[in-house]
Amino acid sequence: MKRTLLVLTLIAVFATIAACAPAPTPAPTAAPPTAAPKATEAPKPTAAPKPTEAPKPTTAAPAPTATTAPRPTVPPGRVKVEFWFGLGKPLGDVLEAIVMDFNKSQDKYYVDAIYKGGYVDTMNAAIAAYRAGKAPHIVQMFEVGTATMMAAKGAIKPVYQLAQETGWNLDPKIYIPAVRGYYSEGDKMISMPLNSSTPIMYYNIDAFKKAGLDPTKPPKTWAETRAAAKKLVESGATKCGLTFEWPTWIHLENFSALHNIPLATKANGMLGMDAELKFNSDLHIRLLQTLMDMAKEGSFKYGGRDGAATVLFPSGECGIIHASSAARARIQRESKFAWGVTYLPYFDDVPGVPKNSIIGGASLWVMNAPGRTADEYKAIAEFFKYISKPEVDARWHQETGYLPITHAGNDKTKADGYYQKNPGADLPYLQLTRTEPTENSLGLRLGNMPQIRIVVYEEWEKAFQGQQTAKQAMDNAVKRGNEILREFEKTYK
Amino acid sequence: MQRRAIFNNRILPYFLLLPQLVITIIFFFWPASQAIYQSVLEQDPFGLRTRFVFLENFQTVLSDPLYIEAIQVTAIFSVSVTLFVMVLALFFAVMADRQIRGAQTYKTLLLWPYALAPAVAAVLWNFIFNPFIGIFGRALNDWGLLWDYKLNGTHALILIVIASSWKQIAHNFLFFLAGLQSIPAAVVEAAMIDGAGAWKLFRSVLFPLISPTTFYLLTINMVFAFFDTFGVIHALTDGGPGRSTTTLMYKVYSDGYVNLNLGQSAAQSVILMLIVSALVWLQFRFVEGKVHYA
Repeated sequence: MKRTLLVLTLIAVFATIAACAPAPTPAPTAAPPTAAPKATEAPKPTAAPKPTEAPKPTTAAPAPTATTAPRPTVPPGRVKVEFWFGLGKPLGDVLEAIVMDFNKSQDKYYVDAIYKGGYVDTMNAAIAAYRAGKAPHIVQMFEVGTATMMAAKGAIKPVYQLAQETGWNLDPKIYIPAVRGYYSEGDKMISMPLNSSTPIMYYNIDAFKKAGLDPTKPPKTWAETRAAAKKLVESGATKCGLTFEWPTWIHLENFSALHNIPLATKANGMLGMDAELKFNSDLHIRLLQTLMDMAKEGSFKYGGRDGAATVLFPSGECGIIHASSAARARIQRESKFAWGVTYLPYFDDVPGVPKNSIIGGASLWVMNAPGRTADEYKAIAEFFKYISKPEVDARWHQETGYLPITHAGNDKTKADGYYQKNPGADLPYLQLTRTEPTENSLGLRLGNMPQIRIVVYEEWEKAFQGQQTAKQAMDNAVKRGNEILREFEKTYK
Repeated sequence: MQRRAIFNNRILPYFLLLPQLVITIIFFFWPASQAIYQSVLEQDPFGLRTRFVFLENFQTVLSDPLYIEAIQVTAIFSVSVTLFVMVLALFFAVMADRQIRGAQTYKTLLLWPYALAPAVAAVLWNFIFNPFIGIFGRALNDWGLLWDYKLNGTHALILIVIASSWKQIAHNFLFFLAGLQSIPAAVVEAAMIDGAGAWKLFRSVLFPLISPTTFYLLTINMVFAFFDTFGVIHALTDGGPGRSTTTLMYKVYSDGYVNLNLGQSAAQSVILMLIVSALVWLQFRFVEGKVHYA
């Protein structure tokens, strides 16, 4: 009896541990197929808020490879390429519809779009597939995975190289600079932009009126934002003045770009893996201090990591939110009050501000695998050409709320009269293109960026709890972040 | 009667063992050996560059103050969950074991939480305790108790302890109840005739007699708290705020799956395997002496 019990328990223990070992196959922690994109994925117009709906990976959930719908059959004689994506419904539906239309427009090539769970799951699935020699032809990867993908030389085929090999006359200039720049090395495009968004400010017009604020003059600077938030709360118009989703994306990465200050050396990591974080500057500390002061006086509420805070705006809890431009659809659907959009605030005593904001979202990567044929690469190039067409790009922009990736897509949307019908929908584009990107506002390319974001969350949360000062928080975050960068650099040496 | 089975066929016993062996090899030995192999390597996620680093990953992990922090969190968390679960489940079981009206209904209701996936349980608890949209969470704030598990580490830890325990109580309840019901009625009646009150009866008769169950549950609960609480933590707190709910298990996940640091994540898995084996061994070594097997 005793021995049996011991043996049984040990087996149970080992079995559990074994299941937890990070085997290259994404086994136990896989998200259910319906999972909304999570982790460091930035834009999600209609995606669920973390607390209420978004299903999370559990050990009990089915593996991400389990597809629910039967796959359409490939017409005979077509060259088929696989495309793995990480966009949940309803955004994923739009993507699938575009892929379907591409297939209909073709008699030679066929793209098979397969949903692989959230971005993190898609990334892990692609990595595992590559290691098994079965990588998909195209994989969608979130922006903070860019450094990891670029470092994986040999595993990926840069887009400019794909263009050269397939005779595709690729002109990078048709793509919006702040979008293209994020995924380029110099002038060479490495991955193909797809879904991009940028953070903006949403404000509750009804609450503004109730608080005696002029909704036609939304706050422009941090001082004005703070005053408005304070007034919202003091007048009882809303319980909370300001909140924001994606804290690091908006108030670290975009904040640095808007104020033209480096997030890291080496042009935010674009020029080399030996970049060092620089976000403990006086201005960065000043922003955190402002937020801490606002939290103390009750005009700002920290709503949690990633997209957890989004719900606080449509529910009427907070009068102002800094959120992804892609949150528009959700706010439109859920808000029961009039609302408006405006640019992100800045510190107006800094010379030469504000600059353009930067993007979040994902891009498409071409992956290598043994036995790839020239025709398959041609099919990929053909698909990329298709999604860069103004009408396809404009449709993508209008139906999803993501930014257009090309200037022509934006012009087409304008010509369609879309912005007249949806005032403010062009604001993200205007904010993103308001200045030529500088070295500090082109984007970033830092290894293990998802981990660095978590580090910043942790240090900020400690500061908001009053466990450390703003300076200590930023210094700690930089110190820990640099260790992560060195770890990344070491792996690729 | 001779209890030893005699097989005349030499192959048959191995054949009968085969399914279990295959399962153990595929689902335990193979992945575990992969973890051990990976833990001595430094490798990029795509496997393009691999370097043998021997025990360097272990050295890095063990000298990392954040890892030590995760050990502390895990210790507090598992002990709290285990205590909380066992005390409550035992209390419920003793109550439900009495001759009361509707006992069957109580028993059924108490078993429901066990049927839920951890992530679903977490979503439910979020509906209740979310400081902004949760019913109870809002009420707490309205009453002047500043409840915010998204920013307060202690609150977050309390919440995941409650959410994890709630799920596990049903399982424990079932075992305790079965244990209590297997005690012969004569023993209980004899004690009552001797004048034992409810507490005395429980302390001197029932509790010692169900000690094998208690011992078994102690081990299972520790293992549960170490490994099966990932879903709850992931869905409720993501290991935050700060690092206040980052347990060892959650760290393995975030380092390996999110941050793609395979070597260190594997090293952590191996360490975790050793810690839990040691815990189980300790329990059998020292606690078991006090257990009466019927």
